[in-house]
Parts: sequence; structure tokens; C-alpha cells
Amino acid sequence: MGEPFLRVTAETQDHDASRRRPVQTLRVKMVLLGSSGVGKSSLALRFGKDQFRSTSPTVGCAYLTRMVHLSDVSLRFEIWDTAGQETYHSVTPLYYRGAHTALLVYDISRRETFVRAQLWLKELEKQYIPGSTVIWLIGNKGDLSEDRQVTEQEGRILADERNLFFTETSALSGDQVTELLLMIAHRVNEHMGAQQGGLSEWRGTSCVDLHQNNNIKPFNTCCKM
Amino acid sequence: MLSLHRDWDDIMEKEDHQQGEEQEVKICDSSSETLATSLSLLGNHMFPDSVQRNDSSDSQLSDLAAAVEPCLKSEPSDHVTRRENEGPENGVPTQPADTEPEDADVENEQSDSGDFVAEMLAKAKLEEQGIGLKGRSSPLLEAGNDESPALMSHRDEDVTAESWRQHRKHVFVLSEAGKPIYSRYGSEEALSSTMGVMMALVSFVQSGDNVIRSVYSDGHTVVFLQKGPLVLVCVSSSRQSEQQLRGELLYVYYQIISMLTQASISRIFEHKKNYDLRRLLAGSEKILDGLLNLVDSDPSFLLAAVHCLPLTCSLRDSLSQILQKAITPNLVFSILIAKNQLLTIVQEKTVIEDTRLEPADVHLLLNLIGASSAFQAGEIWTPICLPLFNPDCYFYAYISYLDPPDCTVCLLLLSTDKEAFYAVAECKRKIEEAMVTQKSLSLIAKAQSYSVSQVGVSDLRHFMYKPFDVPDHYRQLSQFTSPEMEAPYSSEEEKMRLLDLYRYMHSRIHSTSRPLKLIYHVAERETLLAWVTSKFELYTCFSPLVTKACAITAITKLLRWIKKEEDRLFIRYPAKYSTTPNPSKSSRGAKSDQQDSTDNGFLSLL
Repeated sequence: MGEPFLRVTAETQDHDASRRRPVQTLRVKMVLLGSSGVGKSSLALRFGKDQFRSTSPTVGCAYLTRMVHLSDVSLRFEIWDTAGQETYHSVTPLYYRGAHTALLVYDISRRETFVRAQLWLKELEKQYIPGSTVIWLIGNKGDLSEDRQVTEQEGRILADERNLFFTETSALSGDQVTELLLMIAHRVNEHMGAQQGGLSEWRGTSCVDLHQNNNIKPFNTCCKM
Repeated sequence: MLSLHRDWDDIMEKEDHQQGEEQEVKICDSSSETLATSLSLLGNHMFPDSVQRNDSSDSQLSDLAAAVEPCLKSEPSDHVTRRENEGPENGVPTQPADTEPEDADVENEQSDSGDFVAEMLAKAKLEEQGIGLKGRSSPLLEAGNDESPALMSHRDEDVTAESWRQHRKHVFVLSEAGKPIYSRYGSEEALSSTMGVMMALVSFVQSGDNVIRSVYSDGHTVVFLQKGPLVLVCVSSSRQSEQQLRGELLYVYYQIISMLTQASISRIFEHKKNYDLRRLLAGSEKILDGLLNLVDSDPSFLLAAVHCLPLTCSLRDSLSQILQKAITPNLVFSILIAKNQLLTIVQEKTVIEDTRLEPADVHLLLNLIGASSAFQAGEIWTPICLPLFNPDCYFYAYISYLDPPDCTVCLLLLSTDKEAFYAVAECKRKIEEAMVTQKSLSLIAKAQSYSVSQVGVSDLRHFMYKPFDVPDHYRQLSQFTSPEMEAPYSSEEEKMRLLDLYRYMHSRIHSTSRPLKLIYHVAERETLLAWVTSKFELYTCFSPLVTKACAITAITKLLRWIKKEEDRLFIRYPAKYSTTPNPSKSSRGAKSDQQDSTDNGFLSLL
């Protein structure tokens, strides 16, 4: 329903693909994590609507969707923009459980948010077998480079050590945001798209479908009476 | 108005005089001057003006103590658990300074309690230095986000400035250990010594097996509320009654509970007495700020009732039906809101039989919607506790606007299942679809609050009417109706002035020492009449030239008009639905956090 989308392939190619077989739409669960005030909601808003507005602290978790069309597949990003405030930390696992990609966001002008991102990473690593989730370290607020407290080098080193992807962005100016989403889409597709059952297919907003998708979690079935 | 206020105080004092004497001794015995010193320290910070005013008039007190005329209202601690609405008048006013004139000399300062206060102050001072204004050392301390200037303008206020003291109503929240948690204006760190003094006052009175309730000074009322490990303090120059101010503090407490739950707050402070709760509340100050602004400007809080947007009965019914059809297991409440007023509310059947949604919980939800970024994010999923429904458990709230980008009509769905996001979001799609087919949105857009001129009574400028007898439905949500505030009450100042008059009438009607049923009050620029019966509570505002006879005729007409319009003004027949499981197709019982598979989810909340 009027979701913004990205088109990276030439029209003709797209037609070729659809002539061979219908383009699949796969659901990708994305979660944004990080301290409050680092710009998670602003990034999410850029992803979702390509807008920038100064936001107030997120209450709970905001949910947005965004379609990204790649050459052979369409990805429907379901973006969970979590609150950075500790009030909501008890429920955050709910949002990142089962995520295909996690974005760890910090503010390059506030060192403590970089430290905090590393704690988030530890938390994430507890939940995941390495490689099953595309984790992306993001230094946001690139527009504040004169107040920079974390160098690009530091971010890159951390990312290399822990096997993460790394990008510096500015949600304010929109710099690198679209590129980032595309890169994520490609990585997720490479890592999980081909994998059997890595990504589930999205079939529109039919009620039954969603229920089924919702209920196929193994945990649910084993506890069912 | 001022003189009336004084009269009222006189009456109270006369009535409570006898009890008062016993209490006086109890408090004054230990060392009233210590108390007076603490009060004056607080006073010096909060309202230094009165120092000058009182200095000459009150020779019995030391210079410092004169800053605040200490008039302690307290009561024996075994009465602490008394119900909130019994109010302060049950407390016993004592005036230590008048009965036991003493100088705040050095010797007395060294008494045990004196040491205690000094220690408290010293601690506060240390903390202040330790934390500083900028030095946020811990990376885990999320307070860093309040540096964003757009959001936190009040947080940056200079607390030593005159303008800070001029605020009409200050609200502070601190922990029992004296740690600052929230201040409506200025940063908590900068106020830690002030809060230390507040805590010293609380502890001092507590050490005498007593509870401090309020302090009256010339232009200010200081009200204390202790709830579990939290202490809430209001310093107000608004001339509201102590009872009303305490009610507002209770709302602040409930809002904190709605974010953290009572159980988790108790747990946290049981483990660590000096825990810094700001860690958990950082970023949520805006929600508390918003609440306090609403409390000041929206009479719903005063009346403890919700305001519905007038709608034709048929439209309201059709909206309820739309909500009734879009359900999923564990959905408990579906609420539709426009312009911050209720359109309709639909409840799970079992819930309405067992308990009901309290107006205060609805107010907290409305405030949450205002503070959330639902208008830009699209969909919000957040845990929220409804303190009056159950202070220890979370609901999961789905918030989404149905008419982007205007964002006037908001849907709120409350579920007990934290995993239910997708199912609940699907309910929203169904509701959206049904509303498109029935063109509900355009009909809602036409709905407006009404003008008092529609009543057709000349001289009537404004009114608030809260019925007690919503027929058939004993458990119906308390509601009230009120027209738009129109000229002469169109400016913010005038609106506030009218609300203040209503607050004054309300405090007289609900005075616990001398409740009144009918008040005819001739104010400077208008005449007000308040009337409470077993069936309704009514506040009316007339032009100043109205006669008593005229006003009474007008009220008869008004009541007739309300009766006629009842179906439009109120939610008359609350709709219910049943999500009671149909075991064959339900996915319930598969929730990780609910052991009992026979329970409906919400049953565990009751």
C-alpha cells in the first residue's frame, strides 16, 4: 500500500526476471538498536519515508515497512525501531528476536554511545549463532564531524574485529542512508535469501497468511496445549 | 477570592483546633527550629521573596525560619493509609513557631535531628559536586540524551534564576534516599541539594512517627506525597487546594508506574536503596512534562472523568461495531480517539464484568499517545501498565493514526500478549478497511465539540457536567461534557483563569471538612454556580450580571438540554466483544509468559 521502494535494476532486466518467474517478495526483519538520542528513529524515518524530522524519544517500539527491489527478488523490510531508553530494555529482546539484520547505531559525537553499542553487540551475540544475522555497525550524525569523538578508524576496527559491516551515515543530510539500505538488502539476500527457509515469503496483507507466519515459531508449537 | 480562601482556612483551623494541640507537642518537642531551618532552606531556594515580606512581621522566628511560615499539617502515621480523597483536612494543622517560640541557636543545631539534616544537606552538596552539570561519566547512564536542546528546554533552565522560581507549579520526584528523579523545570542534578532538603523534611517528620503532608507559606503551598520508595513534592502558587495538588501528584506517580510498574519499582529499590531511577526514566521526562501540562489545562483530571467527542448515536454505534468486528485473541480494549477526546471504547466482555477501565488510566493513555511519535512512525508497539487496572502488569499497546498525514483519528488497541503485534496490526487493517467502506473518517472529521450557544441560554458562558447515573451500566466509565471555551475565554490566560475558578469551586464542593452541595460565587468578572447532587456534578459560568433566580432558571434549561442531547454527548452503551477462545482455531496458550493455558491473558491481570 503505497510503500516507497527502491529500484536498482533497469526496467528491462526486471521484466526479464518476471517473465521467467514471478518476483518473490521476502520478509526481512530489521531491528535498530543503540543508545537513546543516536538517531535510530531518524534513520528509520529516512529508510521508510526519506524524510528528516527532529523526533522525540521513541515510546516502546515503532514499526515501519519499506520495499526494496533487487534484480531477482523484492525484500519487504519490516523495521523495528526500538527505544534507546532503559525503561524499555526489558522488552527489547522481543523486538530483536528472529531479526535478520540488526543495526547497531551510535553517535559519532558521543563516545559513550559507541561503548554502549559494544554492550548491545554482546547482548546480540548471546542470542545468535554468528553469521545468522547481518549485523551492521553504524556511526550516525556524520554531519557533526566537527564534534566528532569517535573516529571512523575506530568504528572500522571494531567492525573488522567482530566481523560486522560498517558505515558512517547522516540521517540529517541523508548521506549514505539509501546506499546503506541497498547494501543491507544485498547482504541479507546473499546470506539468507538462498538459504532454505532463511527468509519467509510475504504474501500481502491477508489475515490468514500473517497468522500462519506468526505461528510457525518452533517455540510456540512446542508449548501448545 | 483571596479572602474566601482565608475564611476557609479559618474554618478548618477552628474545626481542627482540639486535635491540633496534642499534635503540636509531638512535633515541636524534638526541635522545631531544625524543622524551621530546613523549611527556610527550602524556602530560600523556592521563594525567596517571602523572606523579605515576612521578616518584619514575624519576630518570633529567626531570620532564616521566617522565610517560610511553617505551618505543618501532619497526622499520626497510623492514619497514613487513609484513602486519598479524605484529604488534608483530616490532618492536624500545627504551628510550632507560634506556640513554642525558640531561636535557631547553635546548640539546638547540634541535636540529633539537627545533625541529620546537616548530614542530608552535606550529602546533597557532595552529590551535586560529584555529578556536576556536564560530567556524565557512565556510558550506561542514558541521561546523555537530554542534551538535545529542542526537547529539553525546561531541563536547561537556570535553577537559581528568578524566572525559575516564578513558575506556577513545580513538581519534584525523588527517591527515599533523596536521589533526584524528576523535576518539571530545571535539571535534577542542579536541584539535588533542594531535593535533599525536601527529603530531610520528610525523614525528620517521619522520625517522629508522623507524616508530612503540606507546608503553607504566604504565596505557596508545598504538598508531599509518599508512595512506596518514591517521594513526590509539589510547590504551587496556584491556590489550588492541597487535596487537588495531591491528586495531581498521584497522576505523576501513576504515569511513572505506567512506564515501570509498581512491582518493578519496589523490586529495584529493595535491591538497591540509592538506585538512580533516572537511568530507567531518561527520555521519558517528556511524557511527565506532557502530563503536567495536561493536568493544568484539561479539566478531565480535576473531574476524574473522560471527555467524549459529541457524535450522533448512529455514527458512534457504527464505529463501535467496526471495532467489535476487528478482534484477535487477548485483545482487551479497543479505543478510538479524535482530537484528544474519546470517540468510542470497546472492551472484552469478561473484563467489563469484572472490572472497568478507570478514567485515570484513560488519561495516561491519552497522554502517552500525545508523547509518542506515532504520527510519524506509522505504528507503535509498547508495553504500558494501567496502574488502576493492575499496577504490576504490562499491557501491550498498539498505537496508530488512521488518517495520515492529518493524524487526528487515533486507534489504540491493548493486548495482554506481547507477541501479538502482527495479529493486532491486522485488526487495524480491518478497521481501516471498514472505515473506508463506511466513509467513517469524513464523518468523524465533521464531528466537533459544541458551542454553548447551542444550549440557547443567554448569560451562560460555559459549563462542565458530569453525570453519575449513566443508566443500565453501573460500571460505565465516568464521563463529562463541556462546550468549547469561547470568548471571553479564548486566550490562554483567560482559559486558565476560568479553570482556576472551577478548581476553586471544586475544592469547596469537595472539601472534606465542610463539603458543600451548592455554591453561588460572584467573582470579579463572572458569576459561577456549582451544584452537586446524587445524580450529577455541575459547574456553570455566567456573565457577571446574572441574578440568582436567572441562574437557577438557566440551569434548569441546561439540564433539560443535556437530557435531550445525552445520546450524542456521552458514550451511552459501551460495546463489548468476546475474544474468549474458540480452542479449535486459536493460537492462544502458546505464549511464553503465561503458564496457565486456560487463562484468557487478561485474567492474570485482574
